[in-house]
Amino acid sequence: MSEAARPIRIALVGNPNTGKTSLFNALTGARQKVANYPGVTVERKEGAAVTPAGRPVRILDLPGTYSLRARSPDEVVTRDVVLGRLNGEAAPEILVCVADATNLRLVLRLALELKQVGRPLVLALNMFDIAERQGIRIDLEGLSRALGIPIVTTVAVRKRGLDTLLAQVDALAGQAQGAAAQPLAWREPSATELRQAHRDAERILRDHVKPPLRPDTWTGRMDGLLLHPVAGTIILFAILFLMFQAVFTWATPAMDLIDAGFTALGDLVKETLPEGLLQSFLADGVIAGVGSVLVFLPQILILFFFIIFLEDFGYMARAAFLMDRMMGVAGLHGRAFIPLLSSFACAIPGIMSARVIDNKRDRLTTILVAPLTTCSARIPVYTLVIAAFIPDRTVWGFASLQGLVMFGLYAVGISSALIVAFVIRRLIWRSASDPFLIELPSYKLPDLKNVLRGVLTRGQIFLTRAGTTIFAMMVLIWVLATFPAPPPGAVGPAIDYSFAGMIGHAMLPVLAPIGFSWEMAVALVPGMAAREVAVGALGTVYSIAGENEAGLVATLAAKWSMASALAFLAWYVFAPQCLSTLAVVKRETNGWFWPFVMFAYMTALAYVAAFATFRIAQAVFG
Amino acid sequence: MRLSDLGRGDRGVVRGIDTHGHADAAELGHEELERRLLEIGFVEGAHFQVLQEGLIGRDPMALKLDDMRVALRRREAGAILVDVTAEAAAEASP
Repeated sequence: MSEAARPIRIALVGNPNTGKTSLFNALTGARQKVANYPGVTVERKEGAAVTPAGRPVRILDLPGTYSLRARSPDEVVTRDVVLGRLNGEAAPEILVCVADATNLRLVLRLALELKQVGRPLVLALNMFDIAERQGIRIDLEGLSRALGIPIVTTVAVRKRGLDTLLAQVDALAGQAQGAAAQPLAWREPSATELRQAHRDAERILRDHVKPPLRPDTWTGRMDGLLLHPVAGTIILFAILFLMFQAVFTWATPAMDLIDAGFTALGDLVKETLPEGLLQSFLADGVIAGVGSVLVFLPQILILFFFIIFLEDFGYMARAAFLMDRMMGVAGLHGRAFIPLLSSFACAIPGIMSARVIDNKRDRLTTILVAPLTTCSARIPVYTLVIAAFIPDRTVWGFASLQGLVMFGLYAVGISSALIVAFVIRRLIWRSASDPFLIELPSYKLPDLKNVLRGVLTRGQIFLTRAGTTIFAMMVLIWVLATFPAPPPGAVGPAIDYSFAGMIGHAMLPVLAPIGFSWEMAVALVPGMAAREVAVGALGTVYSIAGENEAGLVATLAAKWSMASALAFLAWYVFAPQCLSTLAVVKRETNGWFWPFVMFAYMTALAYVAAFATFRIAQAVFG
Repeated sequence: MRLSDLGRGDRGVVRGIDTHGHADAAELGHEELERRLLEIGFVEGAHFQVLQEGLIGRDPMALKLDDMRVALRRREAGAILVDVTAEAAAEASP
């Protein structure tokens, strides 16, 4: 292979909020791959580009950091990749330090630290147009001389400066070959060295960068409102309200469409294939199983649209500021706010986004309580039971009783998440919470293309999970609910004779004290695939043809007592009825210990709650 | 004087970091807390102004720190020594 054809590997490193990902998107366009680093679950984003000299380049986008002294799992990846310490990942040959040209102070120190690594380094001053508009005068030549590294200016969202940056890669390619043979040099700076580096950076900044003639005043003005203790909190809740409205109402048509699509596909399989195992596997196992998870895709996409938009806008750091004290009461970190918020759609993206939390205990606590917030998979179960047992009546002149019960279930979910976090953080892991120390970035109008690309990446990750772990779980559940087949001439639903039926019957002695009948117990087993599958499973055990909701509501109303129904609801508030969540926790924590802890504590809570609900309801309703 | 003693609108200059007797320092180590504060820009001579305070217990606090903005809890602010004399405040005004 000729030397020019061998791709040169470069890595983008920089502070958070410097437009690093926009630059990555601009450089690589659609030629990017998102995967996980082996062993850790930090996203690895790699893309390809070609330099003006025709040299292929592989570009790695690394998580944002202020220093190579890593604190969160994200930052550990940045450090290990830069230093070539990550298994299966050769150290990049050229480092590109990406800076927000309007906010150079901290990044200059990072650049000095990166220089010590001993690889060719380029400083890319991104968002250079904003710096020009603000009248920040940067003496590029002087700055480059003082730092001892080449500098290029870029405007990632306008695709400006990309060729200059890539030409710089060509210029450094020869040097990179020489440097690649050298061992990488870096060690953790002490506080004294940090001070010295700050002083150096400060001096360089003073000598070569003149403060803005027209400073950004609207960030200050907006913060006057958005960070205001009262007005800011009200605005935050208004944004959250809008977000939930969007997630739950805008997503409905798309969800209905996906649901109808999978139902039609299942019906088609049932019509075309002869009745038998293959038909059942495809229709009830694969299509119904994958469909029941894919149906959440629209909600996840909308949720991430909001999250990424607000993040790029600079608002998420403000939300963490406003919520830190409230979360702190429960022993949670301000940053736990975003994972818990995501969990209202689905605990899986919620648990995945807990990576932004630096401290291991804070992060684990957040992961452990995330599934207690009411995810949208509980809604079908809640709706069904509420429709069957709660009278459709208006109370206090304006509120619907059914709506109130639904609201109550949400309130119990979120308060139990906070109480459990409190117990973990204040009673079990009694240590001071990690310092809350964050930069509040300047507000910037998000670039819609970058936001959409981020949303698509999230969707792709979710689909990969659905296609692998979740799919495997679905197949397992199908096997349990299908084998062994009922004996010839058997009466009653086939599921009653299967492993799922056996498990349900075996659990009955344990579940009877909380008011569950064997039908309910059997429905819990396939309900492990995803909570809302329990609705279909109840239909199966009561031999309701198809998924006739009205029929099921009437059947339940006739067959269950009020106390059993309420106990079932209480069970669903707490029970870990979702193998996919447990599988994701296993991935995020690298082992089975934490999923096991989660399963045990949630089951215990569910049992106690259902038991208490059943006994109290029996006393009240007779 | 420590940053944690200040309120909205106060301005001054960072004079140093003293993590002794600080609750988080026991957990993180004095040096680690000091380095984290330094890394985000609480370095001697940095100018600041308190922009906002949280609803509960006036915590956390949002500051303008030189030309950037940061947020931190009062607890961590307790480790930051500041000078808010008239001269320092004048020096820190925009």
